[in-house]
Amino acid sequence: MLNRRAALVGAAVGTVASLSGCATFDTPPQTAELLKGAAATNSLGLAAAEELVAVPFFPQTRYHCGPAALATVLVHIGVNTSPEQLADAVFLPAREGALQTEMLAATRRAGALGVPLQPQLVALFREVAAGNPPVVLQNLGLEWVPRWHYAVVVGYDLAQQTVVLRSGTIERERMGFTLFERTWARGRHWAFAAVPPGRLPVTAGETDATQAAIGFERVAPPAQAELAYASVLQRWPDNPLAGLGQGNTRYATGNLRGAAEAFERVALKHDSAAAWHNLAAVRLQLGETALARSAAERAVRRAAAQEPNWREAAERLLRGLPAT
Amino acid sequence: MNGDTMTRTRRILATTMAMSLTFASLVQAAPPTLASTSPAPALITTEQAAMAQPGRMLLEQTLARADVAAALQARGVSVDAARDRVAALTDAEAAHVAAQIDQAPAGGDALGIILTIFIVLLVTDILGFTKIFPFTRSIR
Repeated sequence: MLNRRAALVGAAVGTVASLSGCATFDTPPQTAELLKGAAATNSLGLAAAEELVAVPFFPQTRYHCGPAALATVLVHIGVNTSPEQLADAVFLPAREGALQTEMLAATRRAGALGVPLQPQLVALFREVAAGNPPVVLQNLGLEWVPRWHYAVVVGYDLAQQTVVLRSGTIERERMGFTLFERTWARGRHWAFAAVPPGRLPVTAGETDATQAAIGFERVAPPAQAELAYASVLQRWPDNPLAGLGQGNTRYATGNLRGAAEAFERVALKHDSAAAWHNLAAVRLQLGETALARSAAERAVRRAAAQEPNWREAAERLLRGLPAT
Repeated sequence: MNGDTMTRTRRILATTMAMSLTFASLVQAAPPTLASTSPAPALITTEQAAMAQPGRMLLEQTLARADVAAALQARGVSVDAARDRVAALTDAEAAHVAAQIDQAPAGGDALGIILTIFIVLLVTDILGFTKIFPFTRSIR
């Protein structure tokens, strides 16, 4: 009798485990790693526990966890907004939810940078420690019955192995590392932090930060976008796109001299055809025709050798220069 | 939106774009004397520089933007809101949304539950794999 029952339970568990697509009861990898690191005299360099108690809470209405999570992090950094306002920017009625891409786009429309984070629990916790509560995408269901959900990580506790979330209608949801990691892994470990222009998430990667600034430039006032590029250059001084962006945003604010300096720095460092091209265009406007010509010639030469995409633009610019 | 309508819309847009691009390139191919009297050459934008193949992508990207605006409207977004939302996307993002609007995750807690799935999720909740029901507590 007992054996039969044990066999039944075993079969049920086996079925569920295989259905869930994760036929293992082991601790998920990042949680295991994290706890190992935490045990080894806190080699992670993290405090044992952090919680950003001042982060506001907007209980979500039906299907509106996207706008609610977004309002949570934006109001936290001082943006004057609400879930109702943000719903117009992210909610997709037929999908009964919000797309990740539009979450980032709505962040920039609200005047902040949305920077995707590294897919690591420890990155989320470092951001919490730095005062940047990350928005995370969880799949609370299963691969084949997904329930996509946005929440905001506002705290963690290494000893208790829990994260603290602003989630749905729960202001302070404590969730074990294991369950959190599984639901977040099913959301492809996607997370982003919203920061005001001039600041970056502490764990952001160079490409993510640069792309965030480029997206921000699309909608932001040029002076604000210039701040965003300055923050990227402060951390990665040789980033060519951020240098080009700095030149373009300075140009847009009317600072031609500053723009020329930025373009020249990128052009000399990276021999970039786009930077030579823009340098030539700005020098022309500054009335420095001879210098414009030499920059345009460099643009043409570089484009012909390495960057055929800019060949036409560079040649057109050179042809258009007045005779010296 | 059915596939035929989409294909036709695409074809019309492609034709329009191709014609306007041809026109634009004719204007750009004006003799240098004309160009030198124009006020200032346009700068290469940061977004263009970030794209791998700016020239070749132009037509596709513009189509993607039109597609995204139409797709957002077809999914319940107002005309004005759709325009503003598309304007905030980079070219790469617009292309991504155009391709993935029905497949990409849409965070919103939507879940169509039938009884068997309900039971499976109840058990997986209890085993600590999922977190669907507020009343469950993981055994682990």
